[in-house]
Amino acid sequence: MALPKAGETERLVADPAPGITAAPHEDNLRYFDVTIQGPDGSPFQQGVFHLELFLPEEYPMSPPKVRFLTKIYHPNIDKLGRICLDILKDKWSPALQIRTVLLSIQALLSAPNPDDPLATDVAKHYKEDEKDAQRVSREWTEKYASN
Amino acid sequence: MSSDYDYSDEGDAFYDDDEDMISTGDDGSAPSDDDMDMEFADDFKVPQHSLRKAYEIEHESLSQQAVEKLSAADVDHISSIFGVDDSTASLLLRNMNWNKERLIEKYMDNASSVSVAAGISTPSRASPSATGPAPIRSSGSRRRTTRLTPGTSLVTDTSNSPYLTCLVPKAEPWVCPICFDDCQTSFLSLSCDHSFCAGCWAAYITSKIREEGEHSIRCMAEGCALVAPDPFIISTLAKHGQDEDGRTRERFQELLVRHFVGANSHLKYCPYPSCTYTVSCPSASSRSSLTTMVPTVSCGANHKFCFGCSIDSDHRPVICPVAKMWLKKCRDDSETANWIKSNTKECSKCQSTIEKNGGCNHMTCKKCKYEFCWVCMGPWSEHGTAWYSCNRYDEKAGVDARDAQSRSRASLERYLHYYNRWANHEQSAKLSVEMYNKTEKKMEEMQITSSLTWIEVQFMKRAVEEAERCRATLKWTYAMAFYLDKGNEKELFEDNQRDLEKAVEDLSELLESPIDPEAISTLRQKVTDKTVYVAKRNEILLEDTSNGFAEGRWKWNIAVEGFE
Repeated sequence: MALPKAGETERLVADPAPGITAAPHEDNLRYFDVTIQGPDGSPFQQGVFHLELFLPEEYPMSPPKVRFLTKIYHPNIDKLGRICLDILKDKWSPALQIRTVLLSIQALLSAPNPDDPLATDVAKHYKEDEKDAQRVSREWTEKYASN
Repeated sequence: MSSDYDYSDEGDAFYDDDEDMISTGDDGSAPSDDDMDMEFADDFKVPQHSLRKAYEIEHESLSQQAVEKLSAADVDHISSIFGVDDSTASLLLRNMNWNKERLIEKYMDNASSVSVAAGISTPSRASPSATGPAPIRSSGSRRRTTRLTPGTSLVTDTSNSPYLTCLVPKAEPWVCPICFDDCQTSFLSLSCDHSFCAGCWAAYITSKIREEGEHSIRCMAEGCALVAPDPFIISTLAKHGQDEDGRTRERFQELLVRHFVGANSHLKYCPYPSCTYTVSCPSASSRSSLTTMVPTVSCGANHKFCFGCSIDSDHRPVICPVAKMWLKKCRDDSETANWIKSNTKECSKCQSTIEKNGGCNHMTCKKCKYEFCWVCMGPWSEHGTAWYSCNRYDEKAGVDARDAQSRSRASLERYLHYYNRWANHEQSAKLSVEMYNKTEKKMEEMQITSSLTWIEVQFMKRAVEEAERCRATLKWTYAMAFYLDKGNEKELFEDNQRDLEKAVEDLSELLESPIDPEAISTLRQKVTDKTVYVAKRNEILLEDTSNGFAEGRWKWNIAVEGFE
């Protein structure tokens, strides 16, 4: 299991999921540059978010490590870009792939979950005044995630 | 080191791995090498006590195999009641944290939901009495099969576990959904029918066990909550895992034992690194029992630890809650208190703590603007123009100010009094290795300079060991005394403490004294006498303290967990 799943990288590059790109580094095939487009209808619409993805030695027996590089105002993503997502932790299954992980992250942008927060202040904002919180998310998207 | 306090032939024993045994120190079983030496040293013969002392606690050391037997008994019990096989019963029990009564109650109530929660295949299979249809987790069209089909290999032993399927006859080329390898020939799945190649299964199981220390291993399919039964794990490891040395399997067994031990309050795993013994101590299993006794136990490999708390040394005579409180205080306060003591003084007016970080002795308190002399603590007004020198040392105001200062320091001083003595004994204990080496040398010297034999000079080693043991007791007596409320009881306690301390110091001095070839026999007599005396004093102190706890005689000057 020392390398990404056979053919996984090739398929990822050749047939990307809509709104998602992932490309491995030339000098390190375990390290991927990822972009995710903000889903339509979410405050992150129009934004292009950069992420880094790293496949640890044990992959796929343990989950990939993923982090947002672009600043984002989201209750489940903290200042350092760390993501609170169950499949990246205890719900990881070796049957999941980079592609499914990235799709899940995209889905998380559409459906923030302030009840299981990572960035507590953002989550509080989302719970108390969702409209205003979404306004800030839109602002941040415009400021940091528009190329 | 032996765990008992008298020099008889009772004591520690070495046991075979797979033996259940009692090691309270009073069982009089096979003596170890150390104790053998003593048997010849007549000086140390004291009457053997057959009864356990008040400060010792009944406990039993269990090997890993013995614990496995215990858990197997529970599994047997459940499997016979429910009519399920052992691996199913084991999963049910593990999911219920080995609480048999609760499992039986819940299972009788709703067998299928309990089975689902435990990650056991289909509830209808696990329990014939289960109601409702079995949830089919597999989305594929393939049906599970246990038939042997020509051209496929039987991977798992299915003879006694009908739901452990592993046969995936594939007509068309089939790609493992994990490694995407299409040249694999053997596939395994649990009863959910999620098939993956054997190599991936083995790698997954190995990684769960070795990296995550997990004994409850779920199916690899996303969202599938089925748990792999033990026979599946073991056979997969054996046939496909890179586990030639059996270490992964061993680790798995150990994880199961640890889970069982963790779920039972009367069992505790030995905290020493890589020790696999478990100690059973039913009398210390409740929290309330910890206010009346100190459950110091030792495992089959003679590691001494406290059953009641996580302090890894013998903290007799003081009980766990007080010992914990003391350690916490020491961690939090000691360095700060020491620094405050040596670098600051309190303003005699407002008691603010002041650090003088330079300048002259004419101090003005930042808070209350009181002006005073740093040297004598008296008011500056009486100093006139005597800069940098304080000749008013005996002025009344200065004396009063110093009195006030000392009162405010009293509590700090009090704490440091106890702390320094505590730390001193701890330090001495740390130096014991050095002391041993020194003593070894002395023992050699004695053999050369006198006619004593090797056996006859063992009294030195015994004395060092006893001194070390008593210092451990003494150390903790200071923690106890710090929290004991003033009164006759405390005075009696401190009398015992003083007697033991004096005896230990005398003994240590004897041990340090240079060897005069002429006087070796006198020295030997003295050391031997002193050692016996010290041991006796230690025993008296431990016994009295322990009785005090049982009688509720000790009163604390602070709220202690478990006391009113």
